[in-house]
Amino acid sequence: MSLKNKSLKYYYSTIIVAAFGLLSVILSMTIGLEKSTIYLLEKIVIAVILAVSLNLVVGFLGELSLGHAGFMCVGAYLGGKFAVIISSSLGNSALTLILSMLVGGTVAALCGILIGLPALRLKGDYLAIVTLGFGEIVKSIFQNTSRESFGGALGLETPRYNKDELFIYAFAVLIITLLVVQNLMNSKHGRAITSIRDNEIAARATGINVTKYKLMAFIISSFFAGVAGVLYSFSNYNIQSSKFGYNYSIEILVMVVLGGIGSINGSIIAATLITFINTEFATILTGNLAVLQNLLYAIILIVIVIYGNSPALSAFREKYDIKKLFDKFKKRDPSIIKEDKANWNNIPTKIPMDELLSVDVSNNDQNLDSDETDKGGK
Amino acid sequence: MADYVLETKNLGITFGGLKAAQDVNIKISKNQIYGLVGPNGAGKTTIFNMLTGVYTPTSGTFFLNGEELKGKSQETINHKGIARTFQNIRLFNNMSVIRNVLVGLSNQPEFKCGLFTSIFRLPKHFRTEKAMRDKAKELLKIFDLYEERNNLSCNLPYGKQRKLEIARALATNPKLLLLDEPAAGMNPNETADLMDTIRLIRDKFDITVLLIEHDMKFVSGLCDEITVLNFGTVLAQGDTKTALNDPEVIKAYIGG
Amino acid sequence: MQQFCEQLLNGLNLGSVYALIALGYTMVYGIAKMLNFAHGDIIMVGGYTIYVFMNMTGHPLIAVAVAVVFCVLLGITIEKVAYKPLRGASPLAVLITAIGVSYLLQSLAQIVFGSAPKMVKIADMGVLKIGSLKIQNYTLLTLACSIVVMIALTLFVKFTKIGRAMLATSEDKAATQLMGINVNNVITVTFAIGSALAALAGLFYLLKAPSISNTFGSMPGIKAFTAAVIGGIGSIPGAMLGGILLGIVECISYKIPAIAAYTDAIEFLILIVILLVKPTGILGKRRSEKV
Repeated sequence: MSLKNKSLKYYYSTIIVAAFGLLSVILSMTIGLEKSTIYLLEKIVIAVILAVSLNLVVGFLGELSLGHAGFMCVGAYLGGKFAVIISSSLGNSALTLILSMLVGGTVAALCGILIGLPALRLKGDYLAIVTLGFGEIVKSIFQNTSRESFGGALGLETPRYNKDELFIYAFAVLIITLLVVQNLMNSKHGRAITSIRDNEIAARATGINVTKYKLMAFIISSFFAGVAGVLYSFSNYNIQSSKFGYNYSIEILVMVVLGGIGSINGSIIAATLITFINTEFATILTGNLAVLQNLLYAIILIVIVIYGNSPALSAFREKYDIKKLFDKFKKRDPSIIKEDKANWNNIPTKIPMDELLSVDVSNNDQNLDSDETDKGGK
Repeated sequence: MADYVLETKNLGITFGGLKAAQDVNIKISKNQIYGLVGPNGAGKTTIFNMLTGVYTPTSGTFFLNGEELKGKSQETINHKGIARTFQNIRLFNNMSVIRNVLVGLSNQPEFKCGLFTSIFRLPKHFRTEKAMRDKAKELLKIFDLYEERNNLSCNLPYGKQRKLEIARALATNPKLLLLDEPAAGMNPNETADLMDTIRLIRDKFDITVLLIEHDMKFVSGLCDEITVLNFGTVLAQGDTKTALNDPEVIKAYIGG
Repeated sequence: MQQFCEQLLNGLNLGSVYALIALGYTMVYGIAKMLNFAHGDIIMVGGYTIYVFMNMTGHPLIAVAVAVVFCVLLGITIEKVAYKPLRGASPLAVLITAIGVSYLLQSLAQIVFGSAPKMVKIADMGVLKIGSLKIQNYTLLTLACSIVVMIALTLFVKFTKIGRAMLATSEDKAATQLMGINVNNVITVTFAIGSALAALAGLFYLLKAPSISNTFGSMPGIKAFTAAVIGGIGSIPGAMLGGILLGIVECISYKIPAIAAYTDAIEFLILIVILLVKPTGILGKRRSEKV
């Protein structure tokens, strides 16, 4: 059972989050927390769920999605509407919350299939654009719904929960998300997903069902985005589709990139920090100065990606890698790896198809077609 | 028909008018080590690509132990029992050595473990994980990679990367193993070592090997039978020595 | 019928603006093999430059000239600072950097000009009447300019040395380098041309709707990218065709009450469908003329 002990280290972050959640619950019950603090905690929890779930697609599957807010939007609206309907009979109970989160998550997951299917044909830039388009379509559809159905431009009102209760549920959902993602990534299924990211051709040749695992990653990722959307709708009482635009997707992406692509712990830390700073900045900086934080994110994003991926800087990175310095300090062999982190520098995001199809690239299409017929047969 | 592990019947493929391979008939018996030789561009890798489902043959078909596999997807063909390595090594570079092998093991029936079993960490998950790790370690020991099991696979020296690729292919429990230029870029010592390894895995795993190689010493020392290709067609076939001494073959190689 | 003709003209007008922007995307994609997400925001910078210099000089030609020069310089700077270090890195890394640059330009513009839209009055051009058909003069100007620019660009690519170097680079970067062509220069020129076209697109947008904010360029940018993909990314005629098609679809859909509100959604849906059915776009062939 040494395996169990060894895998315990994957859960450190979950345990810390759980401990933090427990502490805030105890605090809110004994001395009571301010409404704004609880709201901030909820916002952080939602951001962490979003970042971790996006990391599943961007970091572990290696595909860029620019429509994560779109999945969240679908979840928020459908789950919120469902809650409005059933709360008349079930009241504002935990059951209402759980059921509506399941509904929101499931519908978002269905959209994940919708977007995951093109992902089988499209790579990199194209997929990014399709997901972006999806996000905008979703936004536009909900914006133009009637007042009775989803509230249209005025937004959808959701049941008002007691804030003290809601953030306990939020923490519970976060812990479940972390457990599911950690357990998934540290299993044979997770290994299959990362193998597609590392080398899709080799993954196919090794018998990995690429279709199945790509869809799996998309579905799980969008499910949790949908759940986060439902939490968001309860936390804010009112949802506006304009909130879920392209900018929000980018904000989540910044969290993932800042925290380290393919690192769950990094996503947790980055999402917490960014949400915290965002909220605190909003009270200090007003008017045009509030944009300073966007400027800061933009610069952080550019600097981190160039630093992490520039071929010219690779020697510099080797020399001043923080992890390696840390290993040296602890007298650990730096060549031994502990965590499977993505490094886009090594990932062939565009498969050199012509390398494999040495004669004519047009045969590429024929290959895709044969894949399609296979899918139908299963 | 089932006497042969692999049998191709008039296998051929054209790319927009260019016949990359045509009328290739190969019969490989069980536990043979079979060679595919020929000058650059003769269509050797193209045949590998057809046998593994990367290309769908435009003419002819092929059978593995009597079962037709033409038109099947790459995954399916792998599950049926054909595994391969690549001419330019394709490892999962961002993974540790052992993880590379674990990915190869994941489709075997004995390590079946559903998504929910893994997510809810049911006892079966731990059992299969443990069994997979043991199996992977066993494989790595055979290839002398056990000590490096936690290293990043792209940091291995070239020869060991080739070995790891073979180990990963073997992890999928193939009946037929396709090796695309396994000795490329190796020094004579490593090549000799590799020959022993290939014989060893043939016996230990009870498999059949089909390999592409340019090193004639390697081919004549290892292969029971060969097929010589040139411009996509079969030039000579049969017992290694006789085929290599065929005047047509000598002409194709030396020119003249 | 009359309304249809008017919308068709509006569509051509909008479409030629999309085409101008799409040309920038398509050329950069063909040569640098990257999706320049910040391209739309160059339009915005061009628009603001026109706004500033209109207020300073009151002369439209000067304002436009300054805007073109400024955008060209900006485009080159962005390429040198943000994209050049990533040459040879993964396309996803480049894409994320481009998103960062886009964000940066938008935030900078908001800090400098505020978030409230600014009105830009460039010139009052009047209306041309043919029978009962009313044609805005700016529509004609836009169309004329766009056609001239596109012809000039096609000739430039076909008959000048640097243009042919661009074609060669889009075919095979490594081989072009071996032929002694400085690929870095080619990429710089491509970014310069794309940015100049974006500045012009900014002008035509302002003629149509004289109000500008910091997100002025993002929607047209995304739409124009859609147009480039529809036409077949990497192909110059494809970008023109895609732009005009998209413009006409947008204007007509805008006038049909039942679907007017979903115009954006429809355009993205077209994009998704085209990518699924024919990922190479209408005119994009694997071995077609690429720039």
